[in-house]
Amino acid sequence: MSVATSAPRNYLTEGTSIRSWLLTTDHKRIALLYLVTITAFFVVGAIAMALIRLELMVPNGTMINAEEYNKMFTMHGVVMVWFFLIPSIPTVLGNFLVPMMIGARDVAFPRLNLASWYVFVTGSLFTMAAMVLGGVDTGWTFYTPYSSLFSNGHVILTIVGVFIVGFASIFTGLNFIVTVHKLRAPGMTWFRLPLFIWATYATSLILVLATPVLAITLAAVALERLFHVGIFDPALGGDPLLFQHLFWFYSHPAVYIMILPGMGVVNEVICCFARKRIFGYEFVAFSSLAIAFLGFLVWGHHMFVAGQSIYSSMTFSILSYMVAIPSAIKVFNWTATLHKGSISLETPMLYLLGFVGLFTIGGMTGLFLASLAIDTHVHDTYFVIAHFHYIMVGGMVSAYLGGIHFWWPKISGRLYSEFWGRVAAGLLFLGFNLTFFPQFIVGYLGMPRRYHVYPPEFQVWNVLSSAGASILAVGYVLPLFYLGWSFFFGPEAGPNPWGATGLEWRTPSPPPRDNFDETPIVTEEAYAYAAPEVAGG
Amino acid sequence: MNEFEWVPPRASVNAIQVDALFYSMVGFTALVCAGVAGAIVYFCLKYRLGSKADRRQLGRRYLPWEFSWTAIPLIIAIGLFFWGANLYFDMFRPPADAQLIYVVGKQWMWKFEHPEGPREINDLHLPAGRAIELVMTSQDVIHDVFIPAFRIHHDVLPGRYYTEWFTPTTPGRYHLFCSQFCGYAHAEMGGTVTVMPPADYAHWLARGNPQPSMAARGFRLFVEVGCSGCHGENAAVHAPKLAGLYGSVVHLSNGTTVIADDRYIHDHIVMPGSQVVVGYRNLMPSFKGLVTEDEILELVAYIKSLEPGERSAL
Repeated sequence: MSVATSAPRNYLTEGTSIRSWLLTTDHKRIALLYLVTITAFFVVGAIAMALIRLELMVPNGTMINAEEYNKMFTMHGVVMVWFFLIPSIPTVLGNFLVPMMIGARDVAFPRLNLASWYVFVTGSLFTMAAMVLGGVDTGWTFYTPYSSLFSNGHVILTIVGVFIVGFASIFTGLNFIVTVHKLRAPGMTWFRLPLFIWATYATSLILVLATPVLAITLAAVALERLFHVGIFDPALGGDPLLFQHLFWFYSHPAVYIMILPGMGVVNEVICCFARKRIFGYEFVAFSSLAIAFLGFLVWGHHMFVAGQSIYSSMTFSILSYMVAIPSAIKVFNWTATLHKGSISLETPMLYLLGFVGLFTIGGMTGLFLASLAIDTHVHDTYFVIAHFHYIMVGGMVSAYLGGIHFWWPKISGRLYSEFWGRVAAGLLFLGFNLTFFPQFIVGYLGMPRRYHVYPPEFQVWNVLSSAGASILAVGYVLPLFYLGWSFFFGPEAGPNPWGATGLEWRTPSPPPRDNFDETPIVTEEAYAYAAPEVAGG
Repeated sequence: MNEFEWVPPRASVNAIQVDALFYSMVGFTALVCAGVAGAIVYFCLKYRLGSKADRRQLGRRYLPWEFSWTAIPLIIAIGLFFWGANLYFDMFRPPADAQLIYVVGKQWMWKFEHPEGPREINDLHLPAGRAIELVMTSQDVIHDVFIPAFRIHHDVLPGRYYTEWFTPTTPGRYHLFCSQFCGYAHAEMGGTVTVMPPADYAHWLARGNPQPSMAARGFRLFVEVGCSGCHGENAAVHAPKLAGLYGSVVHLSNGTTVIADDRYIHDHIVMPGSQVVVGYRNLMPSFKGLVTEDEILELVAYIKSLEPGERSAL
């Protein structure tokens, strides 16, 4: 690998041995370790989904049997949630950018940061072992008493893995909170922080506060399964609804872990390519904290028909409507930011404008699910599947890929093919909509989730969805090729190819080991883009 | 039922109300999405880099905008909440004269019992135009009775009785699904709901009814399993008598009171020690494993049929 012979030493050339990577405490290298790891898990989760979509092409599919199908959707959910989406933006872009954006040399606890990756890999070994040894069939939600007493799958091994990776999340969250509080460069006040930092900070609060509840819940499942301690199964004197309360107390905030960092990326990219300051900075910043806070108070909206009291349901319904408000505020502010900007549609901008559109659909359909009467019909149908994929794939994966493209010149020091980048962003948008829009319709028709056979009148919608998934797959695979090529052979990017503001762009690409040759001093607000006439190209 | 469908069949009063809310929200969503997407596309064209559009800033007066796009969605959200909550509230308040049908879910089948006697598996026959209340429990894991044509769902839990009610309006055959993942054959745990004109339903009940009623089957079990040995009229054991029990207030030895409903009687049969009636000792053995969930429903039906001071309704 010959990285820019004329350039000074950077974090990529600072030791090239395997050992120098595996024992690094450099936040940028740890970001790359995470990037490679979660990309591998994304591939695993995507293969499971490919089998599912193939099986669903026909109403009475026989390509895989019921048991294999149940294991495939469980694997897809477990891997995509805990081994891709939750770590995605925080551990890759967050690790790479948080210290650079605030003008620090590293995170507050560099060794804890490396430990986070090792804990993540250790946990993933347990869950992967469970998959290899025969899999687990409970769905990613592990509902009791099915998971605790009835399933024949490797439940314990899987949840041990999920339990362990939770600590990786906590380490990362803790690190970011302390880093943002303690290591901001001189002049970097809270209201000069890039909004990506606000979003990551809000996410970190959720990671630290919610993840322990998941650990407790999974430990309780293990106790009941191994020792028949009656916690959830009524036959042992337990309460089956208790599990759902505990599980969603983590897993609903986890949804915001999976979307807030994406919202953070939107701010950076839209301001850069509209060459304009964000509209309503404070509102966008505080809406992240509002989402993090309200996100803890809405878990019961997963349980409107599960048997909780109707008064609980009403409380959770109105709170769920409330959490939509800060999301709406963000969407309106992003749109207003474009007004009177100087807009160019480079690849990252395409991804992130796609995010705004798809997130809006995902968010609006969330209102349907927050509506008690409509949820009574569409609960556990493909309507729900479509809704949360609009948020997590249309939203989070678009933002993740957009962010990777935006900061790729900084990460690798090289440019990628703008043509192929735009093609990939376009394919993602098209393929995504074709995959998931039909699922709203088939969901309202009444197709339940987790069905490997279904009535024949639902077939048309499933075929459309599978066709869309094949386009989506091309959109995922393309960047692997042109970004991979660019990493070794792309033209040099220079420190700031987009003409972006932000401290990370004031240092060479790739950055030196300590990010900045001298500590930067911040004198202006974030997104201080020059007047458009001056900015030119 | 093999035709390609855009919208699901609508076969209950509830379905009409839910659809009205749903399509109103679809319209609202379409407006918002078109607005956002339209604005983005318009700005991207008008303010594209290098265009000659007027970019003089309007100053930093953004607070009016922020407050209006916070307050207006908030008001709409509260309105939508009340609309949905109002319908939902009704879905959980069955009318007093609803016809009861008992449901037991187990891996992987549905058992339905009509109080008049007929029992069905994975098939459910209903009269049109009458409020129906399903009383549901599970023998193992969590299941869920989902009938899309009625726009209704409810989970079915072991050890609990939940109800789901609706008024079918249109005769026809509709899907019944289990929508809470319950293991291997979850996707096949379903069947058909057949809504019939009331006269046909009466005919169906009579034709398919060589069996005694649920309460009569409950009485037979009451004797066979041995309940009558203690709770019968002439029993020597000091055990509470059951006539008039159902729906009454029971004082427990731990000082609390409960209403003797389906779940109370169920729990008493499988976990007698958990709720001892004041003035009695816990002599009763557990019948867990000796009677199935559907047999417990029959026992409950029998106990329910006992009027105060009456020995047997049969």
